[in-house]
Formats: sequence, C-alpha cells, structure tokens
Amino acid sequence: MADILLEIKNLKVHFPIRSKRLFGGTTRYVKAVDGVSFHIERGETLGLVGESGSGKTTIGRSLLRAIEPTEGQVTFNLDGQVVDLTQLQGKDLRAFRRYMYLIFQDPYSSLNPRMTVRDIIAEPLVANKLATGKEVDEQVRETAALCKLNLEYLRRFPHAFSGGQRQRIGIARALIARPQFVVCDESVSALDVSIQAEILNLLMDLQAEFGLTYLFIAHDLSVVAHISRRVAVMYLGQFLELAPTKQLFYAPRHPYTEALMSAIPEVNPELEMTPVSLKGEIPSPVNPPAGCRFHTRCVYVQDMCKTEIPQWREIEDGHFVACHFADTLTLKGVTSLDTIGSVN
Amino acid sequence: MLEVKDLEVAFKTDEGIIHALDGVSFSVKRGQTLGIVGESGSGKTVSAKAIMQLLPRTAAIGKDSSIQLRRKNGDIIEITQLKTTGREMQRVRGGEIAMIFQEPMSSFSPVHTIGNQIMEAILAHRQVSKQEAREIAIDILDKVGIANPSVRMDQIPFELSGGMRQRAMIAVALSMNPSLLIADEPTTSLDVTIQAQILELMNQLQEEFKMAIIFITHNLGVIAQVADEVAVMYLGQIMERGTAKEVIHRPQHPYTQSLLRAIPRLDRLGGRLVAISGDIPSPLELPGGCPFHTRCEQAIAGVCDTQRPAITRISSTHTLHCFLHEQSG
Repeated sequence: MADILLEIKNLKVHFPIRSKRLFGGTTRYVKAVDGVSFHIERGETLGLVGESGSGKTTIGRSLLRAIEPTEGQVTFNLDGQVVDLTQLQGKDLRAFRRYMYLIFQDPYSSLNPRMTVRDIIAEPLVANKLATGKEVDEQVRETAALCKLNLEYLRRFPHAFSGGQRQRIGIARALIARPQFVVCDESVSALDVSIQAEILNLLMDLQAEFGLTYLFIAHDLSVVAHISRRVAVMYLGQFLELAPTKQLFYAPRHPYTEALMSAIPEVNPELEMTPVSLKGEIPSPVNPPAGCRFHTRCVYVQDMCKTEIPQWREIEDGHFVACHFADTLTLKGVTSLDTIGSVN
Repeated sequence: MLEVKDLEVAFKTDEGIIHALDGVSFSVKRGQTLGIVGESGSGKTVSAKAIMQLLPRTAAIGKDSSIQLRRKNGDIIEITQLKTTGREMQRVRGGEIAMIFQEPMSSFSPVHTIGNQIMEAILAHRQVSKQEAREIAIDILDKVGIANPSVRMDQIPFELSGGMRQRAMIAVALSMNPSLLIADEPTTSLDVTIQAQILELMNQLQEEFKMAIIFITHNLGVIAQVADEVAVMYLGQIMERGTAKEVIHRPQHPYTQSLLRAIPRLDRLGGRLVAISGDIPSPLELPGGCPFHTRCEQAIAGVCDTQRPAITRISSTHTLHCFLHEQSG
C-alpha cells in the first residue's frame, strides 16, 4: 500500500452568482469543482492539466483551504496522524497551514514590494511563531542558500530582481517552514525558457532533499509531463483521466486527453501537427452539459453520452478514466518517441 | 517581399540609452513564414514595431538601417524614409502589412462592437460603402471560423472568449488584404487546443491569400510547426538563422543549442533539463563582444568578450554569428 499524503473524496467547490434583483429569483452556481476524488502519495508530483476555466486553480486553493470547499472530504496524513482538513477551524487551521504552501504564478505581483527579501522569506516563520530572533535569520539564510539565492540580496527589495530570481524568493518563502505539501500553480509559466529549466531543476532537487509532495498545475503539457509522476486531466470541474505520466501521454484512454496531446506543438519541423479537432470551446461551468460533460466536443460521441454520466473507474492498475467507451476506443498518444532527430 | 538590413533601434530612458536592436538583418519571401524566436528582451517585438513604424517617440532608428518593402504594385519602398504619421505610411500599415498582437483583449476597443472595429479598418483602406463593408466583415468573420458571424458582429469584445477574440483579431488584420502579416505571440495566452486551431487557421489563410508571415514567439514547438525559416534572437541581435530544419535539427550556435536542451520534451521524459546558467543581462548593461558570452559554456576568454563575431555561412540558407565557427570554418 502506497503512503498516501492526501486523500480527496467527492470534492465540490461551487461559487454562487449573485442575482441582480434585490429579492431576486434562484441563486445559480458556478460549479468550479464538481465531485472530484483522488489521492496524492507522499513524495510524488501529481500534475494537473486542463484548459483555462476547468477548475485547476480552484482545486489547488481548496486543498489549502484558501477557498472553502462546498462539499467533500480532504484528509491529510501528517506522519501517521490523519487530519480532516475540511473540518479544521480557527486556531487549528492556522496552526496546520505551516504544513502546506503555495508557489504562485506571477513572481511580480506575489512579493510585497515594501518588504525586504529577508522579511518576505521569513514571514511564514514569524507568522506561525516557529522561530524567533537569531533563529529566523539563520533559517532564512539556510533556505535562501538552498534556493541558490545570493545571500547579499537579502537586504534588498524585490523590485531589484529578475523574474527567475523572484521565483526563487517565492520558493524560499514557501519552503522555509518545511511544509509537506506544496501547490505549484503555474509556477514556471511566466518565466523565459532558459530560466524555467533552472527553476524546474530546483523544484525537483528540493523535492528529493525534503521529500516534498507537489501538486503541479500548469497549462504547458510538456512541463507537466517532465516533472510529474502521475497526471490528472481536468475538464469543467471534473477529472476525465488520471494515470502515470507515460501511460497518459503515450496511451491515453479518454478522447479529451487524446485531443490535448494532439494539440501539443512538437519541436520537430518534420512532424506535422494533426490536431484532433475539438469542436468549439469549453462550455460554461454554470450549466454544464448533461451526461458526459465532454460530449458536446467529443469526436466519438454516441447517444448514450448525452444522457448518462460516465463512471470514474480504474481501467488498469492506477489508470483512472471517466468515459463509457474507454475499453473499445483506440486512441493516439504522443507518437514522436522514435521519430525526433536528436539534438547533439 | 520584405528585406530588413542592419536594423538598429535605441531607446532613450531616464537611466540611459537602451540598444534594443543592433544590426538585425532578415528577409521574408512571399507565401513564406519567418519565425523569430527569442526570450524576453531579445528584441522580437521591437523588430515588428520598427517595420510597422509603431515605435514610441523615445526610439531612434540607426542611420544605416534599411527596411525595404515590395508593395502590391511591385514598387519597392524604403520604410525608414517614410514619415511615421504620413499618409503613405498609413496606407502601408494595414493595407500592405498588418499586425496581430498577443493580447486580443487589449488590442480591441472595449466599447465598440467587433463589427464596427472591422468595418472601420475596411472603410479606411478600401473604397466601399458602409453596407458593403458590413458584408465583407461578415464574410471574413465566417472565414476565420467564427460561427454566427452576423450575431457576433454586434457583440462587444468581452462577450467573446479568448480564442474567438484572437480569430476576430485575425479577421481585422485580413480585412485589409495585407501581403505581409506580422503575428506577435498570437497564441501565447491561449490554451493548447485553441492554439492548435489558430495555427491551423493561419496556415490555411496563408495558403489561400499567399501572404508572407513573420511569426514571433518564444515557443520553440510553435516555431517548429509554423516556420519555414527561423531567426534566433538574443539581446537585440540575431544569433543564428536558417531553415526550420537546420536550426532545430542541426543548431550550430551555442545559444540555440542550449535553448533546445533547456525545454522539456515529451520524447525525453524524466531526465534533467540542462539550464542555461545565469540571468539574461539587463539591457542597460549589455555585455561587450558576443552578447551571449556571459552565459556561454564554450566562450573563449579574450575573444568572445571583446569582439563581435562576424557572420559565418554554413549553407546557402544557414548563417550564424559565433567565433567557434569562424575559426573552424
């Protein structure tokens, strides 16, 4: 039995849309996350992909209780002690926050311009009263060094730094309290290619060193594939497929995953892209389609898909999918394995 | 179609002069796509804006710079000689060269309907009545794959999704029937699925209208898919130029090689990425010599940091600026 850090059962996050009328009619809801169940193993990276508006960020934030889940259960296994995150309140919740942290997307807006780098990195320690006086400085210096930040920079303000450096500051801040679970929400998306590689390497090194568990959210599929052990595909608030990375990319079982894979532009001019055309765009999460949510855009759609909701089932060991026809369809994954000419 | 030679652009700022472009030369042929790839601060967008004469007032174009455009009627004009606000330039802008931008939301006026904004462009460049302009606009929206074009015409940009807005943007650009389209990161803010649709659309339209396209992006995957020829830029200079196959399969410049090693690729899952050490230098303190020498693993001390490498020709299409090749070749 694998060592499970987080177990998520039937998680729902619904946001009410306020009616404009004073005593106005029925309240409608944006179903950002609508019944998602999965687990994350200790020390692994679970990738989360999907188009914008599919609910990736909402899942990440609701696991951290930065957004209140509407329904469902999230249990956190803190070294053998199982805690139901959704039940934590007040002081207990605040005390628990040191075990989980978020690395933001935009290194420009997520650092307070009026605080020095040292104060930014120290904040989780100070706020959680985990250290005082000299200990704080010591730990800041240690963590900054781990994140390969020049210690001379600690007295400066964030505006003096480049995007890559700022992201290092953000990572140092996230890790100083030695959390167990870190949500990386598009954490490398704003960076240049050459810098992105460095930050990805850093995240992987830190994971190896501290046994960190990541939920890695990104829209760039190659980046997710690179860092994740398993990947989940999200669509309109639900998971459509979850599998070990290679299985998902090379042998997808859900038509939506196939379409996503076919749309990745590969770094090879000889491989012509033949994207499986997805009709239209992602429907509104206020009124998701009946039956299978993906049926309005699916090329393999049958009558049954329009009315019956497909079960979320384990089709192979560790390979989950929600599609009526996952057993019968032959789908194409990324095929470039042997055809790409090697670079040097 | 378009020939850019020794383009130099400098900006005056409070902190000093920024040399955004330094001796950039490239050309685009009819019906072909030139991909310009580079990281932030490499001068991709400045090159595009220089061609369109859309640079801010603080910018100065170098004396020896030349941008020659072959017009639809066969005449060759020198764009740098035209007055930026003159009538001639206005005709070129839109009529001959059109541009689409990264963020379609901020390039549209938020308070006018999509239809009015397309018609405005048509009326400015073609001798047609309002009614005809409307018909042309609907026709073009249909062409770029927008369903229900006559309904969409009367909608305001925020009512459209990102992919739809980018299609509308392309429609505006095409409505004037340009012979050169400059696309500046047109798919960067879109989802992969929508990106694939837009790339395919541009491909189709290029075939239909025989347009030349300059495609600017930082995404090497996109470049590999769309470009016939690729120019790799770094800090205001072109490092390497060649056909897409040459540059991607047989990169010769250390910068291009490092870039290709730094991106995660689906055929090499799990391995470690080879990052390029150091940061991109500030444009205010550009390194002397070869601009990449501060991060280059193969830099030759005393050579790369003092002199600018001249152009080396590897094949009739493949050129680069690097001392490593100057010596061996």
